[in-house]
Amino acid sequence: MSFPSTTEIYHVAKLARLTLTDAEVERLAPELASIIGVIDLLKEVDTKNVILTAQNTGLTNVLREDTLRSPSPSPDALLSCSPLPLVQHQIQTPSAHG
Amino acid sequence: MDNVCHGRVHTTMLSALTITEAHEKLRKKEISTEELVRACIDRIEAVDGILNAVVHRNFERAVEEAKMVDATGEFSSPLTGIPYLTKDVFCEEGVPTTACSNILRGKTYIPPFDSTTTKRLKTCGAISLGKVNTDEFTMGCSTETSCHGVTRNPWDTTRVAGGSSGGSAVAVSSNECLFALGTDTGGSIRQPAGFCGCTGLRPTYGRTSRYGVMSMASSLDTIGPLCKTVEDIAIVMEAISGKDPLDATTGNVPVPMYRQTLKSAMKGLRIGLPKEYFIDGMSDDVERAVREAANVFASLGAIVSEISLPMTKYGVATYYVLVPCEVSSNMARYDGIRYGHTVENPESLLDYYERVRSDGFGPEVKRRIMIGTFALSAGYYDAYYRQAQKVRILIARDFEEAFQKVDAIISPVSPTPAFTIGAHEGDPVAMYLEDIFMCPQPMAGIPALSLPCGFSKSGLPIGLQIMGPQWEDGRVLKIGHAFEQATEWHERKVAI
Repeated sequence: MSFPSTTEIYHVAKLARLTLTDAEVERLAPELASIIGVIDLLKEVDTKNVILTAQNTGLTNVLREDTLRSPSPSPDALLSCSPLPLVQHQIQTPSAHG
Repeated sequence: MDNVCHGRVHTTMLSALTITEAHEKLRKKEISTEELVRACIDRIEAVDGILNAVVHRNFERAVEEAKMVDATGEFSSPLTGIPYLTKDVFCEEGVPTTACSNILRGKTYIPPFDSTTTKRLKTCGAISLGKVNTDEFTMGCSTETSCHGVTRNPWDTTRVAGGSSGGSAVAVSSNECLFALGTDTGGSIRQPAGFCGCTGLRPTYGRTSRYGVMSMASSLDTIGPLCKTVEDIAIVMEAISGKDPLDATTGNVPVPMYRQTLKSAMKGLRIGLPKEYFIDGMSDDVERAVREAANVFASLGAIVSEISLPMTKYGVATYYVLVPCEVSSNMARYDGIRYGHTVENPESLLDYYERVRSDGFGPEVKRRIMIGTFALSAGYYDAYYRQAQKVRILIARDFEEAFQKVDAIISPVSPTPAFTIGAHEGDPVAMYLEDIFMCPQPMAGIPALSLPCGFSKSGLPIGLQIMGPQWEDGRVLKIGHAFEQATEWHERKVAI
Protein backbone atom coordinates (compact mmCIF):
# COMPACT_ATOMS: atom_id res chain seq x y z
CA MET A 1 0.00 0.00 0.00
CA SER A 2 1.35 3.42 -0.94
CA PHE A 3 1.85 6.04 1.77
CA PRO A 4 -0.11 8.14 2.44
CA SER A 5 -3.17 6.07 1.48
CA THR A 6 -6.18 7.57 -0.29
CA THR A 7 -8.16 7.24 2.95
CA GLU A 8 -5.45 9.14 4.80
CA ILE A 9 -5.46 11.93 2.18
CA TYR A 10 -9.24 12.38 2.51
CA HIS A 11 -8.87 12.44 6.30
CA VAL A 12 -6.13 15.11 6.20
CA ALA A 13 -8.19 17.16 3.71
CA LYS A 14 -11.11 17.06 6.12
CA LEU A 15 -8.87 18.30 8.95
CA ALA A 16 -7.63 21.09 6.63
CA ARG A 17 -11.17 22.13 5.64
CA LEU A 18 -10.57 21.29 1.98
CA THR A 19 -12.78 19.30 -0.37
CA LEU A 20 -10.60 17.51 -2.89
CA THR A 21 -11.88 16.02 -6.13
CA ASP A 22 -10.97 12.44 -7.02
CA ALA A 23 -8.65 13.81 -9.72
CA GLU A 24 -6.88 16.02 -7.16
CA VAL A 25 -6.40 13.07 -4.81
CA GLU A 26 -5.02 10.96 -7.65
CA ARG A 27 -2.50 13.69 -8.47
CA LEU A 28 -1.66 14.48 -4.85
CA ALA A 29 -0.97 10.88 -3.74
CA PRO A 30 2.38 10.44 -5.55
CA GLU A 31 3.34 14.09 -4.95
CA LEU A 32 2.80 13.82 -1.20
CA ALA A 33 4.62 10.47 -1.15
CA SER A 34 7.67 12.03 -2.84
CA ILE A 35 7.65 15.05 -0.50
CA ILE A 36 7.39 12.77 2.53
CA GLY A 37 10.33 10.83 1.07
CA VAL A 38 12.39 14.06 1.22
CA ILE A 39 11.38 15.08 4.74
CA ASP A 40 11.97 11.54 6.05
CA LEU A 41 15.68 12.40 5.73
CA LEU A 42 15.33 14.20 9.07
CA LYS A 43 14.82 10.91 10.88
CA GLU A 44 18.54 10.09 10.61
CA VAL A 45 19.60 13.22 12.57
CA ASP A 46 20.51 12.63 16.22
CA THR A 47 18.58 15.29 18.19
CA LYS A 48 18.52 13.60 21.60
CA ASN A 49 20.34 16.44 23.35
CA VAL A 50 18.71 19.34 21.54
CA ILE A 51 16.39 21.56 23.59
CA LEU A 52 13.32 22.48 21.58
CA THR A 53 12.60 26.04 20.45
CA ALA A 54 10.34 27.43 17.78
CA GLN A 55 12.18 30.72 17.13
CA ASN A 56 15.62 32.23 16.76
CA THR A 57 15.23 35.81 18.01
CA GLY A 58 15.79 35.05 21.68
CA LEU A 59 12.96 37.48 22.48
CA THR A 60 10.59 36.61 25.33
CA ASN A 61 7.35 38.13 26.59
CA VAL A 62 7.23 41.11 24.23
CA LEU A 63 4.44 43.33 25.52
CA ARG A 64 3.40 46.86 24.71
CA GLU A 65 2.34 49.39 27.31
CA ASP A 66 -1.22 48.87 28.50
CA THR A 67 -2.61 52.13 27.14
CA LEU A 68 -5.85 52.72 25.28
CA ARG A 69 -5.57 53.35 21.53
CA SER A 70 -8.26 54.40 19.12
CA PRO A 71 -9.04 51.52 16.80
CA SER A 72 -7.30 51.87 13.44
CA PRO A 73 -8.58 50.84 11.00
CA SER A 74 -12.14 51.33 12.19
CA PRO A 75 -14.31 48.26 12.85
CA ASP A 76 -16.66 49.34 10.04
CA ALA A 77 -13.77 49.60 7.55
CA LEU A 78 -12.74 46.04 8.44
CA LEU A 79 -16.31 44.75 8.26
CA SER A 80 -16.73 46.22 4.79
CA CYS A 81 -14.06 43.80 3.50
CA SER A 82 -16.39 40.84 4.12
CA PRO A 83 -18.11 39.24 1.12
CA LEU A 84 -21.05 38.28 3.40
CA PRO A 85 -24.07 40.41 4.43
CA LEU A 86 -23.68 42.70 7.44
CA VAL A 87 -26.35 42.91 10.13
CA GLN A 88 -25.97 45.40 12.98
CA HIS A 89 -22.17 45.62 12.63
CA GLN A 90 -21.83 41.85 12.50
CA ILE A 91 -21.13 39.45 9.64
CA GLN A 92 -24.04 37.14 8.88
CA THR A 93 -22.46 33.71 8.34
CA PRO A 94 -24.06 30.49 7.12
CA SER A 95 -25.55 28.46 9.96
CA ALA A 96 -23.14 26.25 11.88
CA HIS A 97 -25.96 23.72 12.29
CA GLY A 98 -26.90 23.25 8.63
CA MET B 1 23.31 57.44 -18.43
CA ASP B 2 21.07 60.24 -19.62
CA ASN B 3 19.84 60.05 -23.13
CA VAL B 4 19.45 63.70 -24.06
CA CYS B 5 16.87 64.17 -26.77
CA HIS B 6 16.04 67.61 -28.23
CA GLY B 7 17.46 69.33 -25.19
CA ARG B 8 15.35 67.34 -22.70
CA VAL B 9 16.25 64.34 -20.65
CA HIS B 10 14.62 61.35 -22.34
CA THR B 11 12.04 60.23 -19.82
CA THR B 12 12.14 56.50 -20.64
CA MET B 13 15.77 56.30 -19.55
CA LEU B 14 15.02 57.96 -16.23
CA SER B 15 13.53 54.71 -14.99
CA ALA B 16 16.99 53.13 -15.36
CA LEU B 17 18.45 55.44 -12.71
CA THR B 18 19.52 54.14 -9.32
CA ILE B 19 17.95 55.70 -6.22
CA THR B 20 21.19 57.58 -5.53
CA GLU B 21 21.36 59.00 -9.05
CA ALA B 22 17.68 59.94 -9.15
CA HIS B 23 17.83 61.64 -5.74
CA GLU B 24 20.74 63.77 -6.91
CA LYS B 25 18.84 64.88 -10.04
CA LEU B 26 15.65 65.57 -8.08
CA ARG B 27 17.52 67.57 -5.47
CA LYS B 28 19.25 69.68 -8.14
CA LYS B 29 15.89 70.10 -9.94
CA GLU B 30 17.34 68.56 -13.12
CA ILE B 31 14.25 66.35 -13.26
CA SER B 32 10.86 66.46 -11.57
CA THR B 33 9.23 63.69 -9.56
CA GLU B 34 6.39 63.66 -12.05
CA GLU B 35 8.83 63.06 -14.94
CA LEU B 36 10.44 60.23 -13.00
CA VAL B 37 7.10 58.60 -12.16
CA ARG B 38 5.84 59.00 -15.73
CA ALA B 39 9.08 57.45 -17.04
CA CYS B 40 8.43 54.33 -14.96
CA ILE B 41 4.78 54.23 -16.08
CA ASP B 42 5.85 54.54 -19.75
CA ARG B 43 8.38 51.76 -19.28
CA ILE B 44 5.75 49.49 -17.67
CA GLU B 45 3.33 50.22 -20.52
CA ALA B 46 6.07 49.42 -23.05
CA VAL B 47 7.45 46.13 -21.70
CA ASP B 48 5.06 44.61 -19.20
CA GLY B 49 2.81 43.09 -21.84
CA ILE B 50 5.67 40.66 -22.44
CA LEU B 51 7.08 40.35 -18.91
CA ASN B 52 3.86 40.27 -16.83
CA ALA B 53 5.47 41.63 -13.67
CA VAL B 54 2.92 44.30 -12.67
CA VAL B 55 -0.46 42.94 -11.54
CA HIS B 56 -2.06 46.11 -10.19
CA ARG B 57 -1.39 49.59 -11.54
CA ASN B 58 -1.74 52.50 -9.16
CA PHE B 59 -0.70 55.08 -11.72
CA GLU B 60 -3.23 57.88 -11.21
CA ARG B 61 -2.56 58.03 -7.49
CA ALA B 62 1.21 57.85 -8.13
CA VAL B 63 1.09 60.84 -10.50
CA GLU B 64 -0.98 62.83 -7.99
CA GLU B 65 1.52 62.05 -5.23
CA ALA B 66 4.40 63.01 -7.55
CA LYS B 67 2.79 66.41 -8.21
CA MET B 68 2.44 66.94 -4.47
CA VAL B 69 6.12 66.16 -3.90
CA ASP B 70 7.11 68.53 -6.69
CA ALA B 71 4.90 71.24 -5.19
CA THR B 72 6.82 71.08 -1.91
CA GLY B 73 10.20 70.84 -3.71
CA GLU B 74 11.73 69.22 -0.61
CA PHE B 75 13.87 66.11 -1.03
CA SER B 76 15.03 65.64 2.54
CA SER B 77 15.03 61.83 2.35
CA PRO B 78 16.91 59.98 -0.42
CA LEU B 79 13.60 58.18 -1.03
CA THR B 80 11.45 61.30 -1.48
CA GLY B 81 9.82 61.12 -4.90
CA ILE B 82 11.33 57.71 -5.70
CA PRO B 83 8.86 55.39 -7.50
CA TYR B 84 8.76 51.75 -6.39
CA LEU B 85 6.67 48.61 -6.77
CA THR B 86 5.49 46.27 -4.04
CA LYS B 87 4.99 42.51 -4.00
CA ASP B 88 1.27 41.75 -3.94
CA VAL B 89 1.32 40.65 -0.28
CA PHE B 90 1.99 44.07 1.29
CA CYS B 91 -1.22 45.74 2.44
CA GLU B 92 -1.57 49.33 1.24
CA GLU B 93 -4.61 51.34 2.25
CA GLY B 94 -7.04 51.56 -0.66
CA VAL B 95 -4.89 49.51 -3.05
CA PRO B 96 -6.01 46.01 -4.15
CA THR B 97 -3.84 43.34 -2.50
CA THR B 98 -4.53 39.74 -3.45
CA ALA B 99 -1.38 37.62 -2.82
CA CYS B 100 -1.95 36.64 -6.48
CA SER B 101 -4.58 34.18 -5.23
CA ASN B 102 -8.13 33.65 -6.44
CA ILE B 103 -9.21 33.43 -2.81
CA LEU B 104 -8.69 37.21 -2.49
CA ARG B 105 -9.88 38.10 -5.99
CA GLY B 106 -13.51 36.93 -5.76
CA LYS B 107 -14.30 40.12 -3.92
CA THR B 108 -10.99 41.88 -4.48
CA TYR B 109 -9.40 42.57 -1.12
CA ILE B 110 -8.72 46.28 -0.61
CA PRO B 111 -6.97 46.69 2.75
CA PRO B 112 -8.19 49.53 4.99
CA PHE B 113 -4.66 49.90 6.43
CA ASP B 114 -0.96 50.08 5.50
CA SER B 115 1.78 47.58 6.26
CA THR B 116 4.45 49.11 8.48
CA THR B 117 6.96 48.92 5.63
CA THR B 118 4.83 50.78 3.06
CA LYS B 119 3.84 53.26 5.77
CA ARG B 120 7.50 53.96 6.55
CA LEU B 121 8.22 54.44 2.83
CA LYS B 122 5.22 56.76 2.52
CA THR B 123 6.58 58.84 5.39
CA CYS B 124 9.83 59.24 3.41
CA GLY B 125 7.85 60.41 0.36
CA ALA B 126 8.51 57.31 -1.77
CA ILE B 127 5.80 56.73 -4.40
CA SER B 128 4.08 53.37 -4.84
CA LEU B 129 3.32 52.55 -8.49
CA GLY B 130 1.35 49.39 -7.72
CA LYS B 131 1.68 45.69 -7.08
CA VAL B 132 3.92 43.07 -8.66
CA ASN B 133 3.48 39.37 -9.30
CA THR B 134 4.34 36.61 -6.84
CA ASP B 135 3.73 32.92 -6.50
CA GLU B 136 0.35 32.44 -4.78
CA PHE B 137 0.82 33.56 -1.15
CA THR B 138 4.60 33.49 -1.91
CA MET B 139 4.55 29.69 -2.26
CA GLY B 140 6.91 28.84 -5.09
CA CYS B 141 10.29 29.42 -6.69
CA SER B 142 9.24 30.56 -10.16
CA THR B 143 6.19 32.86 -9.98
CA GLU B 144 4.37 30.12 -11.91
CA THR B 145 1.77 29.51 -9.18
CA SER B 146 0.35 33.06 -9.43
CA CYS B 147 -3.31 33.36 -10.45
CA HIS B 148 -2.12 36.11 -12.84
CA GLY B 149 0.13 33.76 -14.82
CA VAL B 150 3.90 33.50 -14.99
CA THR B 151 6.31 36.45 -14.94
CA ARG B 152 8.95 36.16 -17.67
CA ASN B 153 12.68 36.61 -17.23
CA PRO B 154 13.80 39.75 -19.11
CA TRP B 155 17.12 38.10 -20.10
CA ASP B 156 15.28 35.23 -21.84
CA THR B 157 11.50 35.34 -21.88
CA THR B 158 11.18 31.55 -22.24
CA ARG B 159 12.62 31.27 -18.73
CA VAL B 160 11.22 31.92 -15.27
CA ALA B 161 12.02 35.03 -13.26
CA GLY B 162 12.44 32.93 -10.14
CA GLY B 163 10.23 33.37 -7.16
CA SER B 164 8.38 34.02 -5.21
CA SER B 165 9.39 37.71 -5.58
CA GLY B 166 9.71 37.22 -9.36
CA GLY B 167 7.65 40.30 -10.18
CA SER B 168 9.83 42.45 -7.91
CA ALA B 169 13.10 41.19 -9.48
CA VAL B 170 11.85 41.63 -13.05
CA ALA B 171 10.47 45.10 -12.33
CA VAL B 172 13.87 46.22 -11.00
CA SER B 173 16.10 44.58 -13.61
CA SER B 174 13.93 45.73 -16.52
CA ASN B 175 13.75 49.30 -15.13
CA GLU B 176 10.00 49.43 -14.52
CA CYS B 177 10.76 51.11 -11.18
CA LEU B 178 13.75 52.24 -9.13
CA PHE B 179 13.35 49.59 -6.42
CA ALA B 180 10.87 46.98 -5.27
CA LEU B 181 9.84 45.28 -2.06
CA GLY B 182 9.87 41.52 -1.68
CA THR B 183 9.58 38.86 0.98
CA ASP B 184 12.02 36.02 1.63
CA THR B 185 11.08 32.90 3.58
CA GLY B 186 13.45 30.39 1.93
CA GLY B 187 15.03 32.32 -0.94
CA SER B 188 12.15 34.35 -2.36
CA ILE B 189 14.18 37.57 -2.63
CA ARG B 190 17.60 36.05 -3.25
CA GLN B 191 16.74 33.54 -5.97
CA PRO B 192 14.76 35.88 -8.29
CA ALA B 193 17.42 38.59 -7.77
CA GLY B 194 20.01 36.00 -8.84
CA PHE B 195 17.95 34.83 -11.83
CA CYS B 196 17.26 38.38 -13.04
CA GLY B 197 20.60 40.07 -12.37
CA CYS B 198 19.61 42.53 -9.64
CA THR B 199 20.49 42.83 -5.96
CA GLY B 200 18.29 41.65 -3.10
CA LEU B 201 18.67 41.41 0.66
CA ARG B 202 17.07 38.92 3.02
CA PRO B 203 17.60 40.87 6.26
CA THR B 204 18.13 39.39 9.71
CA TYR B 205 14.80 37.96 10.91
CA GLY B 206 13.18 40.69 13.04
CA ARG B 207 15.16 43.55 11.41
CA THR B 208 12.13 44.62 9.32
CA SER B 209 8.49 44.53 10.39
CA ARG B 210 6.11 41.88 9.02
CA TYR B 211 3.01 43.83 10.12
CA GLY B 212 0.49 44.10 7.28
CA VAL B 213 2.29 41.61 5.06
CA MET B 214 0.37 38.41 4.34
CA SER B 215 2.18 35.62 6.17
CA MET B 216 3.37 32.35 4.79
CA ALA B 217 5.60 31.00 7.60
CA SER B 218 5.68 33.55 10.41
CA SER B 219 8.84 32.27 12.12
CA LEU B 220 10.84 32.52 8.88
CA ASP B 221 9.27 35.31 6.77
CA THR B 222 11.35 38.46 6.22
CA ILE B 223 10.72 41.73 4.35
CA GLY B 224 13.48 43.14 2.17
CA PRO B 225 14.35 45.33 -0.83
CA LEU B 226 15.39 44.47 -4.40
CA CYS B 227 17.49 47.20 -6.01
CA LYS B 228 19.99 47.99 -8.76
CA THR B 229 22.95 48.50 -6.41
CA VAL B 230 24.01 47.61 -2.87
CA GLU B 231 24.07 51.31 -1.96
CA ASP B 232 20.36 51.51 -2.88
CA ILE B 233 19.69 48.48 -0.66
CA ALA B 234 21.37 50.36 2.20
CA ILE B 235 19.15 53.42 1.57
CA VAL B 236 15.93 51.38 1.66
CA MET B 237 17.05 49.37 4.69
CA GLU B 238 17.70 52.54 6.68
CA ALA B 239 14.10 53.59 5.97
CA ILE B 240 12.27 50.31 6.64
CA SER B 241 14.26 48.70 9.48
CA GLY B 242 13.64 48.88 13.20
CA LYS B 243 11.45 47.92 16.11
CA ASP B 244 7.72 47.97 15.40
CA PRO B 245 5.20 47.75 18.26
CA LEU B 246 2.84 46.06 15.78
CA ASP B 247 5.25 43.14 15.16
CA ALA B 248 6.41 41.57 18.42
CA THR B 249 9.15 39.63 16.61
CA THR B 250 11.05 42.78 15.59
CA GLY B 251 14.22 43.21 17.65
CA ASN B 252 14.95 46.25 19.76
CA VAL B 253 18.34 46.67 18.08
CA PRO B 254 19.45 50.14 16.87
CA VAL B 255 19.38 50.60 13.10
CA PRO B 256 22.88 51.49 11.81
CA MET B 257 23.40 54.10 9.11
CA TYR B 258 24.16 51.38 6.60
CA ARG B 259 25.46 53.77 3.94
CA GLN B 260 28.19 55.08 6.22
CA THR B 261 29.81 51.68 6.70
CA LEU B 262 29.66 50.62 3.04
CA LYS B 263 33.10 51.90 2.18
CA SER B 264 35.17 50.37 4.99
CA ALA B 265 38.19 48.27 4.01
CA MET B 266 38.08 44.57 3.17
CA LYS B 267 41.68 43.90 4.22
CA GLY B 268 41.96 41.04 6.69
CA LEU B 269 38.25 40.18 6.54
CA ARG B 270 37.83 36.39 6.79
CA ILE B 271 35.51 34.92 4.17
CA GLY B 272 34.42 31.27 4.20
CA LEU B 273 33.55 29.19 1.17
CA PRO B 274 31.44 26.21 2.38
CA LYS B 275 32.31 22.99 0.55
CA GLU B 276 28.72 21.69 0.90
CA TYR B 277 27.49 24.47 -1.43
CA PHE B 278 29.36 23.01 -4.41
CA ILE B 279 27.39 19.90 -5.33
CA ASP B 280 27.15 17.33 -8.11
CA GLY B 281 24.83 18.46 -10.85
CA MET B 282 25.37 22.18 -10.38
CA SER B 283 26.12 24.27 -13.44
CA ASP B 284 29.80 24.72 -14.37
CA ASP B 285 29.07 28.37 -15.14
CA VAL B 286 27.75 28.93 -11.61
CA GLU B 287 30.69 27.20 -9.94
CA ARG B 288 33.20 29.13 -12.05
CA ALA B 289 31.52 32.49 -11.37
CA VAL B 290 31.40 31.96 -7.60
CA ARG B 291 35.01 30.75 -7.39
CA GLU B 292 36.06 33.79 -9.43
CA ALA B 293 34.12 35.97 -6.97
CA ALA B 294 36.16 34.39 -4.17
CA ASN B 295 39.31 35.41 -6.07
CA VAL B 296 38.00 38.98 -6.32
CA PHE B 297 37.65 39.10 -2.53
CA ALA B 298 41.16 37.70 -2.11
CA SER B 299 42.50 40.40 -4.44
CA LEU B 300 40.78 43.03 -2.25
CA GLY B 301 42.73 41.79 0.77
CA ALA B 302 40.22 39.37 2.29
CA ILE B 303 41.36 35.99 3.61
CA VAL B 304 39.31 33.33 1.81
CA SER B 305 39.24 29.79 3.17
CA GLU B 306 37.17 26.65 2.73
CA ILE B 307 34.79 25.89 5.60
CA SER B 308 32.23 23.18 6.34
CA LEU B 309 28.52 23.53 7.13
CA PRO B 310 27.71 19.83 7.61
CA MET B 311 23.98 20.32 8.30
CA THR B 312 23.40 21.94 4.88
CA LYS B 313 21.92 18.76 3.40
CA TYR B 314 19.04 18.88 5.92
CA GLY B 315 18.03 22.45 5.02
CA VAL B 316 15.41 21.63 2.38
CA ALA B 317 13.87 18.79 4.43
CA THR B 318 13.62 20.99 7.55
CA TYR B 319 12.20 23.84 5.52
CA TYR B 320 9.55 21.66 3.87
CA VAL B 321 8.29 20.48 7.25
CA LEU B 322 8.27 23.79 9.11
CA VAL B 323 6.93 25.94 6.28
CA PRO B 324 3.92 23.74 5.39
CA CYS B 325 3.10 23.40 9.11
CA GLU B 326 3.03 27.18 9.51
CA VAL B 327 1.21 27.50 6.16
CA SER B 328 -1.55 25.15 7.29
CA SER B 329 -2.06 27.38 10.31
CA ASN B 330 -1.69 30.78 8.57
CA MET B 331 -3.99 29.83 5.68
CA ALA B 332 -6.79 28.95 8.13
CA ARG B 333 -7.84 32.63 8.16
CA TYR B 334 -8.93 32.44 4.51
CA ASP B 335 -12.38 31.04 5.16
CA GLY B 336 -14.56 33.48 3.22
CA ILE B 337 -15.91 35.22 6.30
CA ARG B 338 -13.88 38.41 6.80
CA TYR B 339 -12.55 38.88 3.26
CA GLY B 340 -12.13 37.33 -0.15
CA HIS B 341 -13.91 34.64 -2.10
CA THR B 342 -17.47 33.52 -1.36
CA VAL B 343 -19.87 30.81 -2.62
CA GLU B 344 -23.65 30.70 -3.02
CA ASN B 345 -26.15 28.50 -1.14
CA PRO B 346 -23.90 26.67 1.33
CA GLU B 347 -25.52 23.79 3.20
CA SER B 348 -23.75 24.70 6.43
CA LEU B 349 -20.85 26.73 7.79
CA LEU B 350 -18.50 23.77 7.34
CA ASP B 351 -19.67 23.30 3.75
CA TYR B 352 -19.06 27.04 3.18
CA TYR B 353 -15.48 26.90 4.53
CA GLU B 354 -14.61 23.85 2.46
CA ARG B 355 -16.09 25.16 -0.80
CA VAL B 356 -14.56 28.65 -0.41
CA ARG B 357 -11.12 27.21 0.28
CA SER B 358 -11.28 24.49 -2.37
CA ASP B 359 -12.39 27.01 -5.02
CA GLY B 360 -10.02 29.76 -3.95
CA PHE B 361 -6.67 28.08 -3.30
CA GLY B 362 -4.43 26.87 -6.13
CA PRO B 363 -2.60 23.51 -6.27
CA GLU B 364 0.65 24.53 -4.51
CA VAL B 365 -1.18 26.16 -1.60
CA LYS B 366 -3.37 23.06 -1.20
CA ARG B 367 -0.29 20.82 -1.38
CA ARG B 368 1.43 22.74 1.42
CA ILE B 369 -1.71 22.87 3.57
CA MET B 370 -2.01 19.09 3.14
CA ILE B 371 1.63 18.39 4.04
CA GLY B 372 1.46 20.74 7.02
CA THR B 373 -1.81 19.33 8.33
CA PHE B 374 -0.39 15.81 7.92
CA ALA B 375 2.89 16.66 9.72
CA LEU B 376 0.99 18.26 12.61
CA SER B 377 -1.64 15.52 12.94
CA ALA B 378 -1.78 13.04 15.79
CA GLY B 379 0.82 10.32 15.37
CA TYR B 380 3.13 12.35 13.09
CA TYR B 381 3.79 15.53 15.09
CA ASP B 382 6.85 14.19 16.95
CA ALA B 383 8.41 12.52 13.92
CA TYR B 384 8.10 15.56 11.66
CA TYR B 385 7.36 18.93 13.28
CA ARG B 386 9.17 18.39 16.57
CA GLN B 387 12.14 16.74 14.89
CA ALA B 388 12.36 19.53 12.28
CA GLN B 389 12.37 22.21 15.01
CA LYS B 390 15.33 20.43 16.62
CA VAL B 391 17.20 20.07 13.35
CA ARG B 392 16.58 23.77 12.80
CA ILE B 393 18.59 24.46 15.95
CA LEU B 394 21.44 22.27 14.71
CA ILE B 395 21.49 24.16 11.39
CA ALA B 396 21.65 27.46 13.29
CA ARG B 397 24.48 26.04 15.40
CA ASP B 398 26.37 25.19 12.19
CA PHE B 399 26.37 28.88 11.31
CA GLU B 400 27.26 29.99 14.86
CA GLU B 401 30.33 27.75 14.79
CA ALA B 402 31.30 28.89 11.30
CA PHE B 403 31.09 32.55 12.33
CA GLN B 404 33.64 31.86 15.08
CA LYS B 405 36.14 31.18 12.29
CA VAL B 406 35.06 33.59 9.53
CA ASP B 407 33.40 37.01 9.31
CA ALA B 408 31.18 36.16 6.34
CA ILE B 409 30.30 33.22 4.10
CA ILE B 410 29.87 33.27 0.31
CA SER B 411 28.13 30.73 -1.91
CA PRO B 412 26.10 30.44 -5.09
CA VAL B 413 22.47 31.59 -4.78
CA SER B 414 21.15 28.73 -6.95
CA PRO B 415 22.79 25.63 -8.44
CA THR B 416 21.83 26.73 -11.98
CA PRO B 417 20.79 29.92 -13.79
CA ALA B 418 17.06 30.51 -14.50
CA PHE B 419 15.25 27.38 -15.70
CA THR B 420 12.72 27.12 -18.54
CA ILE B 421 9.06 27.92 -17.82
CA GLY B 422 7.23 24.65 -17.08
CA ALA B 423 10.46 22.67 -16.47
CA HIS B 424 9.32 21.41 -13.04
CA GLU B 425 5.61 21.05 -13.77
CA GLY B 426 4.17 18.10 -11.85
CA ASP B 427 7.40 17.58 -9.89
CA PRO B 428 7.18 19.58 -6.65
CA VAL B 429 10.33 18.01 -5.19
CA ALA B 430 12.47 19.18 -8.15
CA MET B 431 11.03 22.66 -7.59
CA TYR B 432 11.75 22.56 -3.84
CA LEU B 433 15.38 21.57 -4.49
CA GLU B 434 15.87 24.86 -6.38
CA ASP B 435 16.10 26.46 -2.91
CA ILE B 436 18.82 24.10 -1.67
CA PHE B 437 21.38 26.88 -0.90
CA MET B 438 18.77 29.29 0.47
CA CYS B 439 16.85 27.16 3.01
CA PRO B 440 19.53 26.97 5.75
CA GLN B 441 19.91 30.74 6.45
CA PRO B 442 16.27 31.31 7.52
CA MET B 443 16.66 28.53 10.09
CA ALA B 444 19.35 30.66 11.77
CA GLY B 445 17.64 34.00 11.10
CA ILE B 446 20.82 35.40 9.53
CA PRO B 447 21.06 38.03 6.76
CA ALA B 448 21.99 37.05 3.20
CA LEU B 449 22.55 39.24 0.15
CA SER B 450 22.15 38.15 -3.47
CA LEU B 451 24.01 40.11 -6.15
CA PRO B 452 25.20 39.51 -9.73
CA CYS B 453 28.59 37.79 -10.06
CA GLY B 454 28.64 36.69 -13.68
CA PHE B 455 26.71 35.35 -16.65
CA SER B 456 26.30 31.88 -18.10
CA LYS B 457 27.53 31.05 -21.60
CA SER B 458 23.97 31.54 -22.80
CA GLY B 459 23.81 35.03 -21.27
CA LEU B 460 21.82 34.37 -18.09
CA PRO B 461 22.72 36.15 -14.83
CA ILE B 462 24.39 34.24 -11.99
CA GLY B 463 23.89 35.26 -8.36
CA LEU B 464 26.39 35.35 -5.50
CA GLN B 465 25.13 34.90 -1.94
CA ILE B 466 26.88 36.69 0.95
CA MET B 467 25.86 35.65 4.48
CA GLY B 468 26.73 37.26 7.81
CA PRO B 469 25.91 36.69 11.49
CA GLN B 470 22.55 37.73 12.97
CA TRP B 471 22.09 41.56 12.99
CA GLU B 472 25.22 42.04 10.84
CA ASP B 473 23.25 43.16 7.80
CA GLY B 474 25.66 46.10 7.51
CA ARG B 475 28.65 43.77 7.17
CA VAL B 476 26.96 41.83 4.40
CA LEU B 477 26.18 45.07 2.56
CA LYS B 478 29.75 46.32 2.98
CA ILE B 479 31.14 43.13 1.43
CA GLY B 480 28.60 43.27 -1.39
CA HIS B 481 29.45 46.91 -2.07
CA ALA B 482 33.18 46.13 -2.23
CA PHE B 483 32.47 43.36 -4.75
CA GLU B 484 30.26 45.66 -6.79
CA GLN B 485 32.97 48.35 -6.89
CA ALA B 486 35.51 45.79 -8.12
CA THR B 487 33.30 44.25 -10.83
CA GLU B 488 30.88 45.38 -13.53
CA TRP B 489 28.31 42.59 -13.49
CA HIS B 490 25.59 44.80 -11.96
CA GLU B 491 25.97 47.32 -14.79
CA ARG B 492 24.84 44.93 -17.52
CA LYS B 493 21.41 45.91 -18.78
CA VAL B 494 18.63 43.79 -20.23
CA ALA B 495 18.04 44.19 -23.98
CA ILE B 496 14.26 44.36 -23.69
